[in-house]
Amino acid sequence: MLRIVNLSVEVEGKRILHNVNLYIKKGETFALFGPNGSGKSTLLNAILGNPAYKVVGGRIIFKKVDITNMPSDQRVKLGLGMSFQNPPKINGVKLIDILRHCAKLSGLGEERIMELAEKLRMKEHLNRSINVGFSGGEVKRSEILQLLLMNPDFVLLDEPDSGVDLENIAIVGSAIRDLLERDKEEREKGGLIITHQGHILDYVTADYGVILYKGRVACVGDPKDIISQIRKNGYEGCIARCLKDME
Amino acid sequence: MSEGYGVDSEKLKEVGIELDPTKRSGTFLQRDQEPLKFASFYEGVEVMSVKDAMKKYDWVRDYFWKIVRKDQDEFTKEADSEEANGYFIRALPNAKVEIPVEACLYLHRVGKQKVHNIIIAEENSEINIITGCTSDRSAVGMHIGISEFFVKRNAKLTFTMIHSWHNNIEVRPRSAVIVEEGATFISNYILLNPVKLVQMYPTAYVGRNARAVFSSVIVALEGANIDSGSRAVLKEPGATAEIVSRTISRGGKVIARGQIIGEAEGVRGHLECKGLILSEKGEINAIPELIARHPNVELSHEAAIGKIAEEEIFYLMSRGLSRDEAVSAIVRGFMEIEIKGLPEVLKSAIDKAIEDMKSAL
Repeated sequence: MLRIVNLSVEVEGKRILHNVNLYIKKGETFALFGPNGSGKSTLLNAILGNPAYKVVGGRIIFKKVDITNMPSDQRVKLGLGMSFQNPPKINGVKLIDILRHCAKLSGLGEERIMELAEKLRMKEHLNRSINVGFSGGEVKRSEILQLLLMNPDFVLLDEPDSGVDLENIAIVGSAIRDLLERDKEEREKGGLIITHQGHILDYVTADYGVILYKGRVACVGDPKDIISQIRKNGYEGCIARCLKDME
Repeated sequence: MSEGYGVDSEKLKEVGIELDPTKRSGTFLQRDQEPLKFASFYEGVEVMSVKDAMKKYDWVRDYFWKIVRKDQDEFTKEADSEEANGYFIRALPNAKVEIPVEACLYLHRVGKQKVHNIIIAEENSEINIITGCTSDRSAVGMHIGISEFFVKRNAKLTFTMIHSWHNNIEVRPRSAVIVEEGATFISNYILLNPVKLVQMYPTAYVGRNARAVFSSVIVALEGANIDSGSRAVLKEPGATAEIVSRTISRGGKVIARGQIIGEAEGVRGHLECKGLILSEKGEINAIPELIARHPNVELSHEAAIGKIAEEEIFYLMSRGLSRDEAVSAIVRGFMEIEIKGLPEVLKSAIDKAIEDMKSAL
């Protein structure tokens, strides 16, 4: 479903990703680990086509279409969706207006918008400027609410669990589980989740874990193993062991 | 042209003038120097030309040049002439009129339109005024408008001014307001269409526990030269002021001024100037000023000018908006200022004026 081929990306003239390769099939969810600055957010932004992240080599193929040079809104119409770690605050642009745009992508109506806003506890925020004065938990709930309305085929999640208390993780986690059809036997959806601590994986299972290290894919394996290795031995220890296993 | 008045009704609509008695509590229409029509549809409100008002009441003369100085500059001197006419709008004591009075000053042919307006909200009254100033598409000239506002004890006056001129019109309003004890003055100014030059700096003198609020949304198109600000002088204890401006340059030059002067115990004021530059030819100069003449005052300001953040555009595109849609949503959001206590009719008039701009963004 999503194929990243030899992808190299620069930000402000500095190379962040080096020849990254990743292949995610329909129905699969990957968890993306890595220390700060390893290029995780860069990868997600490049997949969605953020112009600040310049692809200098390689290709991104989604649903068999080369989207490497496609504008972001076209990628979204093709079925990509992303939740941001720190989305911008935009004065005067109301949450409800954005939700209506999101719902348009999936053909959902006003009723469903209200239903989901209720479920994500964002009804009180509908007429507020997006992200302005939102708490950490509210930002995450708003991001997931937007994704639920977009109903993308492939979901990019940038740290949906960072800076969120347990109650909010439960709300956000169960919504993501629905979004990625994790409770279904036959899944159509795919996903890539950045997580630092792995908390979100208590709610959403992932099929594979990937460690990104200094802009390169350093390890692919069972996500639970990877987390316990990272917790025990740190990223480098985990990678060393991963290399040994591969031998 | 419409309705036998020799004015362009489309232009009137642009500035919120309906000429519909069911939607307004009073109406006033002046073309060049000539009042074409005026009427009040509500017993608590008087609407007429200042010349007629002077005939009706001896005391009206006393309100002339009371707070704007005749010799302030060459334009006030020029307006001090027999030719000058304008509107007299008065809310009688205790009258509470939510439906707005409309007043239109229309520049048709004359080289210099000289206007002198007197607006009085008597004690405990509440009144809303929409004033639209506009011109013929072919008109060339200058609008000089003196406006003196008297908001008496515990009264509330909301004044919304919408300008829609053309490339060859110069505009020189000269306005001042006295806000008496416990009274509220709310001013909204909207300029979205072409103009050659606007220069104004209305001043409110705010009394004990009284409040003045100025909000403005200004778009400077290419070729426009706009120097616009609001000033509040907090003269007595407990006076407060808020000045908020949103300025967009699409190639024109804007000086966005704001000044709050604190002269008495416990006065408070906040000033906010925000600018957005959408064209490389544009220029915005934000000049917020705070002056304290008493130790116990609380004055603050914030000013920021920038272009649209790429990060915001990308965020909206990630929700399916095209780049153009994202930019116009952000610009419209920028212009949307929360105006507290504004009656619904005025709010919709303002929203409509901004909405009409959408196609141009």
